[in-house]
Parts: sequence; structure tokens; C-alpha cells
Amino acid sequence: MSCDGPLLLTVMGLAKFPSEEWVKLYMEQLNANKNYEEAAKTWEGDFLFIIQADAELKEPSTMYMDLWHGKCRSVALVTPGEDKKAAFVYSGPYGNWKKLINKQIDPIQGLLTGKFKLQGDMAKVLRAVRAAKELVETATKVPTEFA
Amino acid sequence: MWWFISPRIVFGEDSLEQLSSIEGKRVLIVTDPVVRKLGMVEIVANELRKEPRAVEVFDQVEAEPSFENVEKVAGVARSFLPDLIVALGGGSCIDAAKAAWVLYERPDLKLDAVSPLTKLGLRKKARLVAISTTFTGSDATWVAVLTDKAHNMKLDYFASRELVPDLSILDPRFVLKLPREATAHIGLDALVHGIEPYVNQWRNDFSDALALHSIRILFEYLPKAFDDPNDLVARQKMQNAATMSGLAAGNAQFGLAHGTGHALGIAFHMSHGLSVAISIPYVIQFSRHAAAERYADIAHVIGIKEESFDEATDRLVERTKDLMVHLKTPLSLREAGISQSGFEQNIDGLVENTGRATVTFVNPRVPDVEEIRKLFVCMYEGKPVDF
Repeated sequence: MSCDGPLLLTVMGLAKFPSEEWVKLYMEQLNANKNYEEAAKTWEGDFLFIIQADAELKEPSTMYMDLWHGKCRSVALVTPGEDKKAAFVYSGPYGNWKKLINKQIDPIQGLLTGKFKLQGDMAKVLRAVRAAKELVETATKVPTEFA
Repeated sequence: MWWFISPRIVFGEDSLEQLSSIEGKRVLIVTDPVVRKLGMVEIVANELRKEPRAVEVFDQVEAEPSFENVEKVAGVARSFLPDLIVALGGGSCIDAAKAAWVLYERPDLKLDAVSPLTKLGLRKKARLVAISTTFTGSDATWVAVLTDKAHNMKLDYFASRELVPDLSILDPRFVLKLPREATAHIGLDALVHGIEPYVNQWRNDFSDALALHSIRILFEYLPKAFDDPNDLVARQKMQNAATMSGLAAGNAQFGLAHGTGHALGIAFHMSHGLSVAISIPYVIQFSRHAAAERYADIAHVIGIKEESFDEATDRLVERTKDLMVHLKTPLSLREAGISQSGFEQNIDGLVENTGRATVTFVNPRVPDVEEIRKLFVCMYEGKPVDF
């Protein structure tokens, strides 16, 4: 009997990062997070999270999240070649994303040291730092299988 | 990786004389009316004029400078076109000079759009010298704390490695005339600048070394400087320690006491030094278990003998309060004269401002909204934090 890899992971409760399953699980967790909802109640701005290829991940991946007033309205795994735009683009190599989700990198320090790049209004992000921290905290709680 | 950024520092008696050898033909002195009235502007201008220079003075910096105040300084700079800016005063003067320098060199930028990620490209038009007349530590930090009146908040992310002054001059004659209450409050602020980076999440070996030594000096010399305003040795030690703790905090961040302190400043127009001083014993109690060994290190550095982390931290809180009592500094918000009704009217704003301060999130224990509220209640009533 053959096992479908992604299905098996989902049955086990783990989602492969990055993947459509992962970002959907993330959206569920985020929308259940009351701390995030309160912290981000005035937030308006969608995100592209770009996971750049590196020694551990051969193909880059991009996840889209539409964040609005404390909720995530939709997510998607962006098709390669698709010209998707967002108010904010947060990008970094896969290895750094692993560290971020494993709480080995502080997201703000990560930006200041060049481990991640942010396109978009950084000052707006810094005015909503509690929401940003809850976003990251929620990501660390998604049952994740890394590549 | 991280950085450690410091200005060149010249300290000690007659260190002001180094100013005459600094390059700059057009010098803008940024200061406030009190510093001017004390005659310090003339001392600095005379030193500058040992070389042929044009010297202009802006002496209207406000306490906790607003965007509007900074724009006025920048306006003078754009008109006078300095190649050297000398910030002469306490934290407000130095922070106003830093921010105005940015607007002078980058008129395309808005103050609330500047963040640590903004490449400023400073030093094409001017360099910055800081001459501190208090124990601010701002002469050594990456940040300028500005008041955003429109949004009723302190902007605590106006920061860049480029903002660290080119030179910091610590001449003790400039802190001799600091009044006793300011000595107490600003000295305690300098102490908090040592404590917070030693325990917070961004600490590093370089900030640790400076934090601990500054704490040791401050506990010893702050009471002496307070008791005898003419004690030049104590004043010099305080000046050095304040810049050291400024370096520590500037390179490892502040913490929750600054989050609550900024919020108190906005709500009650409480001086920055007083607001963080009142906050720190409660923040230590709140954070104790998340940084137990670190608080114990601080306790041991000031001579507390208890070995257990818990007991050492308890003694640290007691010693800090004893110091505050010696310095005639209130231990609670009620004791500071805030009315019950005033506190209740402002508690929501206090919680909100603390909850969105970037410094709150590097504290060893990051409070949620309810914990911030309970913390302020303890700070108001003078009750120990036991949650």
C-alpha cells in the first residue's frame, strides 16, 4: 500500500512547511487567536511571505495572507510566475524561516540583521509590534514538518 | 550577529577642550533655555571660537520634544547650513538634535516614517557632537525618543545605527549645576538603563559588561552626588556610568520599565526619569522568574550576599527602593501625587501605550494586556507584584 506524503503528514497533524496545507492551518490558528485579534484589531494590510531557496530547500515558495482588522480573510500558496502583489513582503531564506518558527530568531532582530527583508511600511509594522509578535507566535504553534 | 556601536568618547576634567580641534566651520548648537541661562552655551561657544567658525544657537528645545519642536530645529539648520551640530543639554536636547539632523540631511523623510531599517545616509552635510549636561545616556544611543502629539504617544522606534553621535564629551563641569531632584530622577533613569539591558532578550556580552559596571558605579555614587552637589568625583563617576549604561541599553534595548515609563509620561506629563524609576521595582518583581540568574548577578555586583536567586532579587528590590527613598523619590504613583480618579481615567491609555511600545517586547517576561493593567494597579497602590 502506498502512502501519500502530504496526506500522511496531515493525518499525523503535521503540515509540511512551506505548503498550502501549512498556510491553511496557520490561518485557522490565527483566526482562533484572541490575543492576535485584539492586537491587530485596526490592522489593514496583506502579506506575501517569500521563502527563498537555499541549501535545504531547492524551490522557493510564496505564501499569501490577507490580514484585516484582527482576522485572516484568505490565504494562498502563490503559483510560481503569478504576479501577486501585497502591501508587505517579508522574505528570507528557508533556513531562517525554520529558525523563526523554532523561535531561534527574533523577528524584529531578524529584520535588523538582514536575515529577513521587509518591503512595505516598517514604521507601520513597528506601531503594531504586538500584532507582529502574535503573528510569529501563532506560526510557532502550527504543527510543522520541515523539508 | 548583532552590533555594538559607540561614539568616540572623551571624558574627564577639561574634556571640553577637545571641541576646539573638531572640524566644522559652521556650528549649530542645539540646546534649551535652562542650559543657556546657566551659561553653558557661552562656555561651549567660546571653545568653538578658538578656531574661526560661525556659531548659531537654537535654545528652544522642549522637554520630551515633539515633532513640531524638532521641525523648528531642522528649520534653523536648513537656513544656517551647519557642518557641525553640537547637542548641548540633557536627553531632550540630544534627541531633538539627532532627529533634526535627520530632517536636515534628509528633507524627504517624515519623522514617523523613520525606522531602524531606513538607510539615512547621514554625514554628507554635518556631524554630531553630544555634550551631556545631565546623566541621560542619550549621547551613546541609537535612538531619539520623540513625542507624537497627534497620536498621543511616544515614538520609540526612531532609531538607526547612524544616529549615534560622532563624539560624546563628558566634562563634569556641565553636570555640577544639575539640581538635586534632577540628579535623583535622571540618575535613577541611568540605573534602569543598566538593569534593563542586562536582563532583556537582546542582551549581549558587550552590553552585559557595561551594564554591570555602570550599575555598580551608580549605586555607589548616585547617593553621593545627591547628598553633595559639589562632589566633582561623584559627578564625574555618574556621568561616565550614565554613558556606559546608555551604551548598554542602546545596544541591547531597554525594557518594560521604559514601556510603562513612556506611557506615564504621556498620561501625566511625568518626567521620564521619575516614571521609569517608579516602574523599575515593580518590573523587577514581574520579570524575576524569567531572568532569575540575571537579577541575582546584579544583586551580587552591588554587594548583596544572598545566594538564592529569589532572595537575591528580593534584596535587589529592597536596595533599589532604599536608594529611591534616600533620593526622596516616590515609590508609587499615588505617592507621586496622582489622584485615584486621574489614575482610573488614564488606565486604559496607560495599558494601550505600554502594550504597543517596542521595548515591552524585549522584556524577559512579556506581559499580556491584563498583566499590564495589574502591573499599573500595583504601581499605583504600592503593592508588590505577585502574579
